[in-house]
Amino acid sequence: MRSPLRGARRGPASRREAALVAIIAVLVVAISIRAPVFLSAGSLDTLITDGGILAMMALVQMLALITGGVDLSIAATMALVGMVTALVSRAHPDLPVVLTALLALGLGAVLGAVNGVLIAAVRMPPIVVTLGTMSLYRGAVFLVSGGTWVNAHEFGPGYLAFPTSRTLGITHICWIAAAVIAAGYVLLGHTARGRELYALGGNRSAARYVGIRESRALMRVYCLTGLVGGLAGYLWVARYAVAYTETALGFELQTIAACVIGGVSTAGGKGRVLGCLLGAAFLVIILNSLPMIDVSPFWQMAISGAAILGAVIVNSRAEATRRKAVRLAGSPEAPR
Amino acid sequence: MTRLWKRWESVLVVLLVAICAVNSVASPYFLDVHNLFDSTAAFTEKAIVALSMTLVIIGRDIDLSVAAIIALCSTAIGWLATLGVGSFGLVAAGLVVGTAAGACNGAIITRFRIQALVVTIGTMSLFRGISYAVLGDTAYTSYPEGFDQLGQGALWGLVPYELLVFAILAIAFTIAVHYTVIGRRLFAYGSNPDAARYSGIAVDAHRFWFFTINGTMSGLAAVLLTSRIGATRPNIATSWELDVIAVVVLGGVSILGGSGSLPGVILAVFVLGMLTFGLGLMNVPGIMMSIVTGLLLIVAIAAPLVIRRIVPRRV
Repeated sequence: MRSPLRGARRGPASRREAALVAIIAVLVVAISIRAPVFLSAGSLDTLITDGGILAMMALVQMLALITGGVDLSIAATMALVGMVTALVSRAHPDLPVVLTALLALGLGAVLGAVNGVLIAAVRMPPIVVTLGTMSLYRGAVFLVSGGTWVNAHEFGPGYLAFPTSRTLGITHICWIAAAVIAAGYVLLGHTARGRELYALGGNRSAARYVGIRESRALMRVYCLTGLVGGLAGYLWVARYAVAYTETALGFELQTIAACVIGGVSTAGGKGRVLGCLLGAAFLVIILNSLPMIDVSPFWQMAISGAAILGAVIVNSRAEATRRKAVRLAGSPEAPR
Repeated sequence: MTRLWKRWESVLVVLLVAICAVNSVASPYFLDVHNLFDSTAAFTEKAIVALSMTLVIIGRDIDLSVAAIIALCSTAIGWLATLGVGSFGLVAAGLVVGTAAGACNGAIITRFRIQALVVTIGTMSLFRGISYAVLGDTAYTSYPEGFDQLGQGALWGLVPYELLVFAILAIAFTIAVHYTVIGRRLFAYGSNPDAARYSGIAVDAHRFWFFTINGTMSGLAAVLLTSRIGATRPNIATSWELDVIAVVVLGGVSILGGSGSLPGVILAVFVLGMLTFGLGLMNVPGIMMSIVTGLLLIVAIAAPLVIRRIVPRRV
């Protein structure tokens, strides 16, 4: 059952990923010729730390996209969890990091579960639910903080130190992101729970007929996006050492952009961890390198918009060519 | 189906009356004709975009780029104003740029067969990105004499021109959607695009034009907004796309396409508008509105679904 499915999936997806690798390579060479500082240890360190947070969030966004849904509330979840952990840290500076992390995971999972219940049990469309909770959670950040900021000197020492300190020269943020990505790879590629998601996104009624429990699967997906979103919220606030109402504003669109550039279909059923990672890498390289090559950071948004459009148009052309080729060759099932 | 929509609109009417009643009890300033007309300025621009967004959503699409189009048009207007273009030229420029941006969305979506959600996330970054690239952290603040009348002026010093524009457009859109063949085709392909295509409806042409009209309406909103606040910064109208979509969905339009009504959307405009105005009178900070909008959106959609589950179907 698995091998023919894989065979069908491997062709175009891995070709697209190879193309993306080539584009990223050209990009890196071009940028480093113009600004050699791009390849310095400090710059690469910033790059993988920023990229780590984006990649782990793009990964959970991909889970939602694979089922044919979307989670627009993840950035607001990050902001709310980040703010709550920051306020707790301000009140109890000596709180152990483990408890902060557990609080972040727990609160994130609860916020995700709200989405999950509305989507899986009440059966509302994911885009409406997460649009609503996005406003709700963002407003809640203001409510819990009273509109104030939590600044660098107000955090407990452990809160800021753990995510940004290093093991083997790499920040803990990166290690955590790597662990999340590895877990995502195993989940999507090698467990029945993960394969179910592709089935649901590919053909919902067929999936139901083969006995996949749709509501449980969806519930799991949105709890997971919340869980990882909560953790990422803590990491984000610790990395930038500030929590305020607009934390990570618009980040949900970056995660969707990374997925789309990586070949994840927003219609559901299609998407690979490698593509998603490459999409995140592409986006983070472009955004981080602009100041180095003397392009005003005000161009960031326009360039990432153009990149998204370029990527989806290229994807759709490839798709159309393949469909045409299949039509010319004749459908294998058609009688000759 | 029709009965259900009628019921939804009556829910909105009850909600509107209740909100107005609470407001007038809570604040002595609410039931003042001048205040009421003034308060509409805060939501008429969004309401104008909501009219055309309704068509896009009924047709199974979505347009997240409307606020970015407003920013782009407003930037174009501001730039031309510094070159000395007159008021009429500025209005025309806003409409043309908006129409072009909308057509750009429509062309990419229908030509390359890409989901509207993805394309408009891209153009949303692109259009607002252009504003940022042009303006950076500066702003346009000088406009020709009389340009401010559009957004700030009022007929007989009472009825804002903006509200008049919205009223005329609301009637036009209602007629087009509910009483013409174009509207019938929209509902047809919104509920079943394949069937509509096989029955000879040029689905993609309609979708293209509705995205284009959505751009035009965003351009018009940009003209009115720029005239009203008299300044353009690149962050103008940030996250309005969500407010617009929330109004449309609250108005009873299904996000899955194929059903909805313009009177519902128009009622929802006033429900949210009066709610915002009332909360403003009670000195509730603006960001709290996002909690209210979010809750209202979720409850409005969830309630009928939950009720249908609990109350056994009566045929």
